Amino acid sequence: MEMMKQDKFNFMLDRRRLLTLGTAGLVCAAFPMSTSAEAADADKAIRDLFGDGELNEGRVTVDLPPIAENGNSVAIKVTVDSPMTENDHVRRIAIISPRNPLAEVAEFQLGPRAGKAEVATRIRMAGTQTIRAVAEMSDGSLWLGKASTVVTLAACIIG
Amino acid sequence: MSIRISAPDTASKNEVIELKALIQHPMETGYRRNNRGEIIERDIITTFECTYDGDTVFQARFHPGIAANPFLTFYTRATKSGTLEFRWTDQNGQSRAETHSLTVK
Repeated sequence: MEMMKQDKFNFMLDRRRLLTLGTAGLVCAAFPMSTSAEAADADKAIRDLFGDGELNEGRVTVDLPPIAENGNSVAIKVTVDSPMTENDHVRRIAIISPRNPLAEVAEFQLGPRAGKAEVATRIRMAGTQTIRAVAEMSDGSLWLGKASTVVTLAACIIG
Repeated sequence: MSIRISAPDTASKNEVIELKALIQHPMETGYRRNNRGEIIERDIITTFECTYDGDTVFQARFHPGIAANPFLTFYTRATKSGTLEFRWTDQNGQSRAETHSLTVK
């Protein structure tokens, strides 16, 4: 009898815990929906930063892990195919998220003195998404690269 | 708040060297709420600049999407012996810097 009581108590606790977890999950999911950027915001962020020039696919490689357990800190590396000479180099690189509360994540200014067009940092990801990186070359051309990461624990409003 | 720099002490002329810079900072996004439901104010570093003998060789602009304790890896070409300065500035204009001397043979 005592044992059964104990079991019931445990079960209730579990149910309560489940409920709490469920609610937390819902809040987590609901908030980004109302405050997060969308693909259109990402497009706009790119236009605000780089103007209306043609966006070519290629030359930019984005390295992200396929799965990130914690969206609060995800390692990202952006490499641009460029000789980085006085006449032909990368001027700017921007990292854009289509799902974070703010589409623009970071912007880097390089030049021929960089010697190598590669930048690495750690970003927050409010959920599974395809991160974009845009590079502006010294001739003004714009190049786009993408990579996706599945985020198991998002850097949401709570996190 | 501590700063950690990783850069070579010596390099040969025209060698491309890797620079790593980390600063301890919460990078509070301004989207989180405390346990009373109030928004925790945004507190972030907004710019980073690396100068090499006074010339800017790399700059970054950060938004709340950069993780706490911002970490950067980037490159520069060793031209002559001199000082590398790494400077972070927050949203209130407060800045912190660290220098590293590089000998070019």
